[in-house]
Amino acid sequence: MKRAKCIEAIYPELQDKLVVTIMGACAQELYDLGHCENFFYLQHAMGLASSIGLGLALSEPQEKVVVMDGDGSVLMNLGTLTTLARYKPANLTHIIFDNGSLLSTGGFASHTTSGITDLAAIARGAGIENVAAVSTPMDFIGAVADAFERDQLSVIVAKVEAVGPDHFGMDLKLPENAFRFERYIKERRQMREKLS
Amino acid sequence: MTVSLDNSKAVYQGIKDAGINFITALPETWLVYLLQLAEEDPEMRLVEVAKEEEAIGIAAGAHFAGTPHILLMQNHGFLAAINGIVSLAMLYRIPLCMLIAHRGHMGEPYPWHTQGGIVTEPVLRALNIPFDYARDSKLVGKQIKQAYTYSLSALSPVALLLSRDLMED
Repeated sequence: MKRAKCIEAIYPELQDKLVVTIMGACAQELYDLGHCENFFYLQHAMGLASSIGLGLALSEPQEKVVVMDGDGSVLMNLGTLTTLARYKPANLTHIIFDNGSLLSTGGFASHTTSGITDLAAIARGAGIENVAAVSTPMDFIGAVADAFERDQLSVIVAKVEAVGPDHFGMDLKLPENAFRFERYIKERRQMREKLS
Repeated sequence: MTVSLDNSKAVYQGIKDAGINFITALPETWLVYLLQLAEEDPEMRLVEVAKEEEAIGIAAGAHFAGTPHILLMQNHGFLAAINGIVSLAMLYRIPLCMLIAHRGHMGEPYPWHTQGGIVTEPVLRALNIPFDYARDSKLVGKQIKQAYTYSLSALSPVALLLSRDLMED
């Protein structure tokens, strides 16, 4: 299973959600499908995408938040799974693409290579109730659909191949991404307030 | 040496007066009363993290959502959070208002706090993070408001160091 295909399959479902991705291949593959104002790409600070998602989800309970994470990033911030479990924001779906590799920095094996470390088991052990481990596109799409429907914190660990795009680059300055993302959320909130 | 309840109340009132309704923190001795006050306050959301770098991500998420947010941590927690401060907050121009318990400085009896106490101010200077010392319970409320305001206008991390004179009786 390829991560790019997974992201492509759920891309239409992301349009009405707040999406935070990690750096490198994952960010590029989403961007290449077409940037949307509700996408934030964390191009550094590995491990903090899920923490951003938690802060967003708790602050904006009316929005659905999707974090696209990776094994290397999660391994840098395993404590985040325990913090997510403790505060369990119902509107957060945490997708971890596990390619067993630090792909964007030379393709070195991560601790999840060969199944040595099981991130889904760690998430369950952290206390997260809804954890799915998937390795086929059908199972991935099903797990994401379940997560989006369920009004509970969900973690999906998706085993994917260690392949990425053949190019990197975005026509989007990093602070520009942050400013526009913030503005998009603000305008959605103002629209909601107007309608209510 | 005990933690000052009265001055903790003054700090908490300063946080409230600044309009903050979301605190991310990791417990530490000088922050005990502050965190208890936050826990008991139905208008305050308190998230306690496993390690302080998480708090930088949570602060960014709260900022994106327009929620007035502040961080409470020990100076060793600040040191543990530096990559997040640099590669998330500074890189993306996300404001951070950090109230930092300045352990390990003048009067410190515990050896384990001392190295962190010695390097805190030089590290803040190296990172170009504006900071101030809070020493007086009568002024701390104003200082919190000023630090928060400045973090928003400068789109920068700003630190207020909670000193021994303020936090201990």
